[in-house]
Order: sequence, then structure tokens, then C-alpha cells
Amino acid sequence: MLSIKNLHANVEGKEILNGINLEINAGEVHAIMGPNGSGKSTLANVLAGNENYEVTEGEVLFNGKNLLELSVENRAREGMFLAFQYPIEIPGISNATFLKTSINEIRKYRGLPEYSAKEILDLIKDKSQVLEMDSTMLNRSVNVGFSGGEKKRNEILQLLTLDPKFALLDETDSGLDIDALKIVSQGVNIFKNKNNAVLLVTHYQRLLDYIVPDFVHVLAKGQIIKSGGKDLALELEEKGYDWVKDEFESVK
Amino acid sequence: MSDDMKIVDDLTQGEYKWGFVTDIESETTPKGLNEDVIRLISKKKNEPEWMTEWRLKAYKYWLKMEEPKWPNVKYPEINFQNIIYYSAPKKKEQLNSMEEVDPELIKTFEKLGIPLDEQKLLAGVAVDAVFDSVSVATTFKESLKEKGIIFSSVSEALQEHPELVKKYLGSVVPYTDNYYAALNAAVFSDGSFVYIPKGVRCPMELSTYFRINTQETGQFERTLIIADDNAYVSYLEGCTAPIRDTNQLHAAVVELITHDNAEIKYSTVQNWYPGDKEGKGGIYNFVTKRGACRGVNSKISWTQVETGSAITWKYPGCILQGDNSVGEFHSVAVTNNYQQADTGTKMIHIGKNTKSTIVTKGISAGRSNNSYRGLVKIAKSAEGARNFSQCDSMLIGDKCGANTFPYIEVNNNSAQVEHEATTSKVGEDQIFYLNQRGISTEDAVNMIVNGFCKEVFKQLPMEFAVEAQKLLAISLEGSVG
Repeated sequence: MLSIKNLHANVEGKEILNGINLEINAGEVHAIMGPNGSGKSTLANVLAGNENYEVTEGEVLFNGKNLLELSVENRAREGMFLAFQYPIEIPGISNATFLKTSINEIRKYRGLPEYSAKEILDLIKDKSQVLEMDSTMLNRSVNVGFSGGEKKRNEILQLLTLDPKFALLDETDSGLDIDALKIVSQGVNIFKNKNNAVLLVTHYQRLLDYIVPDFVHVLAKGQIIKSGGKDLALELEEKGYDWVKDEFESVK
Repeated sequence: MSDDMKIVDDLTQGEYKWGFVTDIESETTPKGLNEDVIRLISKKKNEPEWMTEWRLKAYKYWLKMEEPKWPNVKYPEINFQNIIYYSAPKKKEQLNSMEEVDPELIKTFEKLGIPLDEQKLLAGVAVDAVFDSVSVATTFKESLKEKGIIFSSVSEALQEHPELVKKYLGSVVPYTDNYYAALNAAVFSDGSFVYIPKGVRCPMELSTYFRINTQETGQFERTLIIADDNAYVSYLEGCTAPIRDTNQLHAAVVELITHDNAEIKYSTVQNWYPGDKEGKGGIYNFVTKRGACRGVNSKISWTQVETGSAITWKYPGCILQGDNSVGEFHSVAVTNNYQQADTGTKMIHIGKNTKSTIVTKGISAGRSNNSYRGLVKIAKSAEGARNFSQCDSMLIGDKCGANTFPYIEVNNNSAQVEHEATTSKVGEDQIFYLNQRGISTEDAVNMIVNGFCKEVFKQLPMEFAVEAQKLLAISLEGSVG
């Protein structure tokens, strides 16, 4: 589904990604872990098309299409979804209006008929129950006055209602207490199926207790230095990142 | 190029969609202004003697005045002798029914989305259409008459209800008020007149649509609305003009009067031609609008959405004379390209426990300049007066400007006055977030701006809120895809 080859990217002239290679197939959950500043969030933002990040080399294919040539909105319409680490506030626009616009823009792109207001509301209400979200949040402005936990839940609500093909979760666990973490994880588990894929970016192993990855990758200095199964996360939790770095250096 | 920069560039490609010219034979006075021209206008309208005298007094006063220089706008000096002060579509003066209106005029207003055929009109909205200097049609007049409501052109009111016009005209905005008010008093050609009798709630929205057509014409209309005791009316005005290379002057005066327990809600959607993207042409919109809450518990609220004009210079205000009277001002002003706006309000508290609320949203894009200027004055007599002002500015791109000039004068210690102001930018992060949800940048900018203006749009009557949102989208048209 997603094929990343030798991806290099700069932020303000500084190279952050330094040759990423990664293959993700439908039905898989991948976790990217790594110390602060290793380039985890950069990877998520580059895939989503954030213009603050400049791709200098490499190729990304998304369901056979050249992802890097697509505009941000067309990536989204093709099914690339980024759950933001820091969701953005849009004052004066209700969550319901925002979701309706988003869903229908994506449907239009795919040649599907637009949903009516009622269809959208039914869909949102159905999904928001899973996330134990109060229905009043539909009428509140997008993320305005939301607590950190509410913002993250709102991201997952969007994930469930937009139902993309590929979900990038950028530190979705940060700032969540254990109850919220469970609810958010449950949302992601409901989302994933054999036709879509998930890439989790996280700092901590604890998220992976609830969303079990098929593959874990360690990112350091803009490269994937080790890949393994879900046990690798436990090992990292226990021993930290240094041993992986040392191992990588010695092989080089 | 960053997103922001692209937006600024593309914004300048938005096109004005009301820029056509109607080919119609007009009767115009020669360019320039003198006593003869004023007498001619007055005669054409078959005005009573006192009206002609009032105009001449205003003219003489105007001659002694100087053009105000304090607004934060720049334009070359206006040559007042190069303006046509009266232009009317050639036809009979009095129209008895729609059938007598020139089909070209009906077509013009249809093109503007204002059908003058009562059958086709939005149920619940009566329209007075003003073309260049004169009112060409007023709809639903008969059904309003049954309730004792007078809704007509000012010229007609001068014929049929001269005592009412004489009593109220110039009582809120005297000709001595300012330069353009004096000019308007001297040369005004038409406008709308509304009188709601005691205890009557006007059953429909009243609306005036102003259209400037003839080149080098100034439009000087005068609107007078009176709500007698316990009366209510909601009134809307809309305006457009053809695309012209030269600037045209629009210097209107609007006076509102509420008696005891009466309420007037006045909404404006102003979309005069703003000039091209190099700043050539466009309307100079120099307008004096003021309401007097004469009676106790009366209320006047101004809601305006301003997207047009090369220069906008106006301060719809309220004089809160009656005890417990309420004044409100809700405004959205959008400037783009080289547009300039210096607009705001004046709230003058005189009566006890008078209240005023000011909510303004200024949006600047391109190389435009948008200033809020507002006066809140609490007189010594205004025991317990309260004011709340909130003035928010939004910038799109980095070549535009926003300013806030609040003036506050408090002469009574029991008064409470609050002022809040914010300035924000349409954030790249907001646009990226909406893009990432499949929404194009153009739609994203519209959404962000609409969200920013929501408080004001909420004040508009439903149909017009939708119209205002569309207008905003067109003003900001051309954002990146």
C-alpha cells in the first residue's frame, strides 16, 4: 500500500530524514519509535505533505501513485489521514460543519454522491459513541476550548468518520491519561481492518499495549536503524535506545 | 512560494460579478454643482418650497466646509465639479404599477438577483429599487399600506407625507454634521422612506437595493426610517455598481428614529465595485448613518457586511437618548487588493441605563488597509450606562494592514465600558489542517474567515446571512487549489 524508498527531507535547510526505506501492506500496523529529534514527526508530516518540510530525495508510492506529487488535499482524498500531534483550532466552525465538508470533499473526489446533513449526523453520532464523546461537541467550534484528551479523541472521531485507507498517528498517545488512552486505542482498533493500514509514531511503549503492532521500527538520526516485531518495543522500553544505536554503528 | 503568499496572489484574481452596464437612456444634469443644479433637482422632484430652501442652505454651508482629512485613507482630491449630480432613467416620474417599469431596468435587477416581480420575490421581503438617482420600483407597497406602514421612495414621501418628512429629515444627521452630510443634503436625489405606525410590527423584511449605472455619476441617497411607539422593523440594503476605470462617489445619509419601546434592525450588505486589482476605479463610499433612540426602552441595531468600495468611510452610530435604550453595532469589513476602509461606530449614551454592544471583524488581504475607528461617549446624564466592544482583525498575507482606533469618553462614574481587541493571521497550520482533511485551500480560507465572522453573520436575517457568506467567498475568490 505504501512504499517509501530512500526518503530524504529538510526542515529549514537542515536534513532531518536521511534515507528512509519502508514497505507497509494493507492489513498491517507499523510503529515507529525513537528518541526525541529522531525525525518521527517529520516522517508523518512529509507523508501528509506539510510544506514546511522539503523532500530532497527519494520516492513514495501510495497505492501505486506518486504521493509526493499530490497536493495535501489530494493525498487526503486518496485516503492518507494524519492524526495531528497538536490538533488545530478553527474558531467559529462547528465540528459538524467541518466533518460534513471534509467527508463530502473526499466523496466528490472519488465520484461518490455527497452525503446529506442527516446521513452525516447519523454517521458522526454512531462513531462518537464508540469514543464516549458528548454529542454537544458536534456544535462546538473545531478543537476550540477542547482539553488535550478531547482534541485527541476528536482526531480519532475524524479517523473513524472519514475512514481513510492509511492512518498516520502522530504521537496520538501524548498527553492522554490511561482511560483516554484506552478509548482512543479502542477507536484505532475499530478502524483497522485487512484493507487499510496504520503507522503509529510514538515515544512510549504503553500505547502498543493497546494497539498491537505487527512491526516496530526504530528511528534515529533520520534513518530506520532496526526493525522487528512487537517484542522490540518491550525491549526498547526496558533497555532504552542506546544499544540499538551501538549495534547499528558497529554493523556500519 | 508559501501558502500564505499564494493566497495573497490568488486573492487578487477574484472577479467582480456585478460589473455590467445597463444600456438605458438617462436624463442627466450637466456635470458640476451650483445653486441652479440644486434648484433643478428640487424642481424635477416637484418639491415643496421648504425643501428647496433646506437644500440651498446645506449647499451654502457645504461651500464653507473643508473635506475631512483625518480618516486613515488616501485618495487624490475629488473634483466636485466633475460629478453628475442627477441621473434618472428616462421615463415617467410616477409609476403606478410594475408594468410601467422599463423592462431594461427589470432585467438589470433580475441579473443582480433582485427580481422586482412580486410573484418572484422572496416571500416576506419588500424591495425598493434605486437606480442611479431615483427609486424605480417599490414592491408590496399595497399590502404594507393596509397596516399603515409607509414604504416608498423619499421623493414620493415628500409628495404624500410632507409633514412626516419635514418633522424627521435632518433631525438625526443635520446638514451641519459633516462635509459629506452637507453635500448629501444639498443634492440628494432619492432613497427610501419608512414609517412604522404605533404598535405595528412590520410583517416582512424591508429592503432597498442601490445601483449606480451612469458614468461619472455620484449617488447621494437619503434613507429615513421611523419606528413609532412599540413598532418594529427589520430593514436591509444592498448595493452594486458597474466596473468603471474612474472613481465614483457615493455619499449617502441614513437616519433612523425609534420612539418608546420601538426597535429598528438595519442590515447592510455593501458590495460596491471595489476597483481592479491595481487599485484603479471603484466607489468612494463616504456615508453618514446614525440612529436616534429617542424613546425609552427602544433599540437600534446596525449589522453591516462590507466587501466592496475602493474606499469605505463610515461610522453607523446610535444616540441613546431614551432611558434603557440599546444600541448595537455588528460589522464585517473585508478589504482586498488596494481597498481601504476606515469604519466603525459611534455610541453616544445620554439616557440612564443605556446599553451598547460593538462587535467588529475586519479582514484584510492583498495590499489593503482596514481600520476600525469607534467612539463610545458616556454623557454625564447617562447613569448606569454600559458598553462592551470587541474589535477583531484578521490578516491574510503580509502586505495588508489593520488598525484599531478606539475613542472612549466617560463622564459618569457609574458607567461600565469594556474594550477588547485582537489581531490574528489566517494560519498556515489551520490551512494545512483543513487541507489534510481533503478541503482545498480556497475553501479552507473561506471556512476560516466565515468562522471568524460568525458572530456577526448570526445577526443577519437568514436569507441575507447566506448571501453574505457567498459574497465573502467571492471577495476572497481565487485562493490556491
